[in-house]
Amino acid sequence: MAVKSNELMTINMGPQHPSTHGVLQLILELDGEIVRKATPHIGYLHRGVEKLSEHRTYHQVIPLTDRLDYLAPMSNNLGYVLAVEKLLGITDQIPERAKVVRVLLTELTRLKSHLVWLATHALDIGAMTVFLYCFREREVITDLYEKISGARMTSNYFRVGGLSADLPAGVEQEMREYAEGMPAHIDEYEGLLTGNRIWQKRTIGVGTITAEAAIDIGITGPGLRASGVDWDLRRDNPYSGYEDYQFEVPVRQEGDTFARYKVRLDEMRQSSLIILQALDKLKPGPILADCPKVVLPPKQDVVNTIEGLIHHFKIITEGFKPEAGEVYQGIEAPKGELGFYLVSDGSAHPYRMKVRPPSFINLQGLPQMVEGRLLADVIAVIGTLDIVLGEIDR
Amino acid sequence: MSDLAIVEKLKAKFSSEILDVVEFRGETTVTVNKENIVDICTFMRDSGGYNLLCDLCSVDYLGQAPRYMVVYNLYNITTKERIRLKAPVEEQDAQIATVSTVWGTANWMERECWDLMGITFVGHPDPRRILMPADWVGHPLRKDYPVQGPDREPYQGRLS
Repeated sequence: MAVKSNELMTINMGPQHPSTHGVLQLILELDGEIVRKATPHIGYLHRGVEKLSEHRTYHQVIPLTDRLDYLAPMSNNLGYVLAVEKLLGITDQIPERAKVVRVLLTELTRLKSHLVWLATHALDIGAMTVFLYCFREREVITDLYEKISGARMTSNYFRVGGLSADLPAGVEQEMREYAEGMPAHIDEYEGLLTGNRIWQKRTIGVGTITAEAAIDIGITGPGLRASGVDWDLRRDNPYSGYEDYQFEVPVRQEGDTFARYKVRLDEMRQSSLIILQALDKLKPGPILADCPKVVLPPKQDVVNTIEGLIHHFKIITEGFKPEAGEVYQGIEAPKGELGFYLVSDGSAHPYRMKVRPPSFINLQGLPQMVEGRLLADVIAVIGTLDIVLGEIDR
Repeated sequence: MSDLAIVEKLKAKFSSEILDVVEFRGETTVTVNKENIVDICTFMRDSGGYNLLCDLCSVDYLGQAPRYMVVYNLYNITTKERIRLKAPVEEQDAQIATVSTVWGTANWMERECWDLMGITFVGHPDPRRILMPADWVGHPLRKDYPVQGPDREPYQGRLS
């Protein structure tokens, strides 16, 4: 006869667990299969990005930002360069082509990030095929990244005042074909999942959070929109010319894992529409602002003229010195509001750089989403929160 | 400036607490005394509609008095407006009341702030380190904490 006991069992999950999406550790107190308490432990990937930035020039910080949310590097680059441009007061001098390319690439990045989210989320719940399909599509974006920036993940492509280089020939056509084909791929994923009874049972009503609780805990992005809060920084506090694009902000009321799944898929459809609009807007023109004191000269000047070389050398070695002050710039990253808070003391290094990482704040919602539910739901909730530990631990 | 309405309201209600109001690049920063920070934050949430605490962090102004500044970046989801509150904290008395009762999201942000900057949040429900190991000594984001880590030769290469 089994011995009955009211004792809770404490188990450790992670940091080496395939469904924790990185080095996340959870201490779970279980009553049978019911989670009574979940305590996340983070910091295994802490690299001190904020401390390091205080010892680098403003341009040298850009490659550090790629390594925060490494599934959406261009979005991180954009948030940081926008904050520096705001600090310098050159936001309105960014050339049109640079702004359009930035929108184009951050929307492509949103697709890239959401594809990894869907792939791993579905894999965790048991749908292997979706994983393979999503990575097939993601591979195309990674190849585009490589053609454009030279790296498949750590792009380091945006610069203060514009872009590091113009788009290579031919990628516009590739991006257009990709964006035109994307809705059909999303239909394919939906065909595998949306009406699937196993998927529905694992997601509907799982990890439900109300709008009030979500705002209180600070959840932003798709997680908040799935709880019925109609708020998107691209539309409400537009940056980089987002006010010129027509797109819808998907919102759902249920606040559960299925609603978050639907919101993200609808966002992917909208992103492919924005990419097509951006491609239509893309006209030849300069890609760097005309602010020689802070903006790097075009590469062809650096390699062909001595003045360009001196100019480049001076900005790279000395950096530039924004006037003392502080700014906060938030952007709608794929995972929520990504914010950069910069304090300048008038020197060539940021006096303080604080990242507001969406994953870090969203992860705080995990305990209240899983407590009182089954252990298997923990896996679904980690997937639906779409966390990246590089960004959480910084 | 759209934020002025709440700044005026704040001035009327907490006239003796407001130390400074600064406009820079279209952003409003209000510096307040730390003593009534919980009341001020509750007022900002309930009367100002700043229902989302976007970010909470601190800055170390080593060599100045007061040494630390705790920074609250607030957002109003209804009117889509931002405002920043700052509260100075003395080096000898590096503590401030927690606002995790006002916004639940402040819980981890304050833990991070304690962990990396060493500012104590009085009344915090879970005052543990969050990013550094539990037995770590020191607070790495302080300006007098070497970038290469404690007890190590300073980096001789180029860290321009």
